[in-house]
Amino acid sequence: MFAPLKSIRSEMLVLAQENIDTDQIIPARFLTTTSREGLGKAAFYDWRYDDHGQPLADSPLRAEKADGRAILVAGANFGCGSSREHAPWALYDFGIRVVISSEIADIFSSNALKNGLLPLCVDEEAHRYLLANPGLQVQVDLETLTLTAGNHTLTFDVEPFARQCLLQGRDSLGVLLTHTDDITAYEAAQK
Amino acid sequence: MSSPTSLFDKLWQRHLVVDETDDRPGVLYIDLHLIHEVTSPQAFSVLDMRGLSVRRPDLTLATLDHSVPTLPPGDDGALPYATPAAANQVRTLIDNCERHGIDLLDLGDPRRGIVHVIGPELGVTQPGKTIVCGDSHTSTHGAFGALAFGIGTTEVGHVLATQCVFQRKPRTMRIIMENRLAGGVTAKDMALHIIREIGADGGQGYAIEFAGPAVEALSMEGRMTLCNMSIEAGARFGMVAPDETTFDWLAGRAHAPKDAAWDAALDDWRTLKTDPGAPIDREMIIDAATIEPMVTYGVSPDAAAPVSGIIPQQDEAAHAYMKTQADQAIGTLKVDRVFVGSCTNSRLSDLREAAAILKDQKVKSNITMLVVPGSEAIRQAAEAEGLDRIFIDAGAQWRQPGCSMCIAMNGDKGEPGDLVVSTSNRNFIGRQGKDVRTVLASPATAAASAIAGHVADPRDFPAVTLP
Ligand code: SF4
Repeated sequence: MFAPLKSIRSEMLVLAQENIDTDQIIPARFLTTTSREGLGKAAFYDWRYDDHGQPLADSPLRAEKADGRAILVAGANFGCGSSREHAPWALYDFGIRVVISSEIADIFSSNALKNGLLPLCVDEEAHRYLLANPGLQVQVDLETLTLTAGNHTLTFDVEPFARQCLLQGRDSLGVLLTHTDDITAYEAAQK
Repeated sequence: MSSPTSLFDKLWQRHLVVDETDDRPGVLYIDLHLIHEVTSPQAFSVLDMRGLSVRRPDLTLATLDHSVPTLPPGDDGALPYATPAAANQVRTLIDNCERHGIDLLDLGDPRRGIVHVIGPELGVTQPGKTIVCGDSHTSTHGAFGALAFGIGTTEVGHVLATQCVFQRKPRTMRIIMENRLAGGVTAKDMALHIIREIGADGGQGYAIEFAGPAVEALSMEGRMTLCNMSIEAGARFGMVAPDETTFDWLAGRAHAPKDAAWDAALDDWRTLKTDPGAPIDREMIIDAATIEPMVTYGVSPDAAAPVSGIIPQQDEAAHAYMKTQADQAIGTLKVDRVFVGSCTNSRLSDLREAAAILKDQKVKSNITMLVVPGSEAIRQAAEAEGLDRIFIDAGAQWRQPGCSMCIAMNGDKGEPGDLVVSTSNRNFIGRQGKDVRTVLASPATAAASAIAGHVADPRDFPAVTLP
């Protein structure tokens, strides 16, 4: 389970590359786990460590955790590639709660929203502004659906049901289970 | 009469248990849930934690593919797992299936194979079904006119517990492939061409239907290759309306309907097509006749070009990683490894395509070539035809079925710096091993490149007719 996400203020972690795929977020060799815990150490592993497991000096991701930076701003088409939910698990455990980009891949978004991680698409102008001002403090408020960076404030949309789940810090399985009678009726109608 | 409806909308409507509203996504019923060892363990844990059982084990089918070795057991009889964790993951799925009464295509089961290969092969993949799997290439099954899409592990748990997922309806896109593919050009080339045209994010938020004469002319294997790579264009769904090619392919398969049920199924399946005038959010027309054998040259699947052409300008990081320059001829790329396999191109026809070029030829001595059939059934059929001999005689390795170098998590991988010509679907940085450079290609192009030692145009290599 994850902590509710209502409002968060943090410095940005900026990774401006486009098409950051899930193999970058968590390389496949870490997928042999049967648990979802503790994957933060594998987040962006090959961007952080050399072949001998030594931290790379020139990595933008030096620290063990995201250094208190809970808002990741990334280039377009973030999270493309596989459906591995290990990607949002790893980012969450690494300390990230919000991913901002001009475009975020569908399956990654869907997975992120179920795991306390808010994928937030902004228009290209706002995206450029954030990428160009990496030192800014950013405030993301899920209750008012506003993002504030420097003197700029903009509003954003989140799928309403996913938003409720995030605000309450809960998985949607409980809600799905309330439809058990509907599901039984559907099955009966299929003969 | 009802209004004209797209294939996608017909299937969506049929499976809605609860309609979507502004506040809630719809509840969509799932007819077939495929699971594998990598994306299921945490879902079973959630079931255990909440004291839930699997609602429909009879609609769930499990296989082992991602973490399993493709080398046979050693002298001690043990499979050479890459790590103890990989072995544990396999054991975990075996346990979970046993506890919940789920049919598992276990190691040694003659039905086992890559999840997107075995579904169609066993005939559990059928037109009109909703099919999910914790795997983004689930779109493969859309080749049969099924509504098939990849889900995450949380959703795997949802489907195990309720046989449903919450979903909002995506937009629809139709790509019409006019004319016919030229000789020596394959479905893989078509897929890479389309991805280049619409971009790696062009299908984001869409369900794509592939249509038109060039798609109708494809075999089922070709259609699977095409739908498989929908996700490389950003689309979760790819589909082709079922037709006689589909029905012929399915007839007589283990789980296909029989006798009267088959006739009834056909009556229904024949209605599964997009009606003329049906609303589609975006439509595109592409001339298939102009497509050439394609390969990728960069680190995103839309970085694709004709194999006979040059590498265009791309961002510096991609050039640096791939050790390439703009305007360099693609044919100058030296090859270290060749991989024929994956859910994109590991079916019998793919193996034949590679074997026809490799017969009586030699893989360049510095190249390691792996040929990994997509399933046990394919392995046996290929061996019955002598394809394994053709590969082995050419100097390639003939392996046991699995995902292998497509995802490189079972120990099959390249060495840093290697250039791999691969029939798989992703050329991401590090996908086939750390610092490994991937060039995506068709089986024919892969075979030609293995002989030439550099990325090569298969049309320059005569394909022999196999007995
Ligand atoms: S072959 Fe590759 S893409 Fe296909 S299911 Fe296996 S890992 Fe995924």
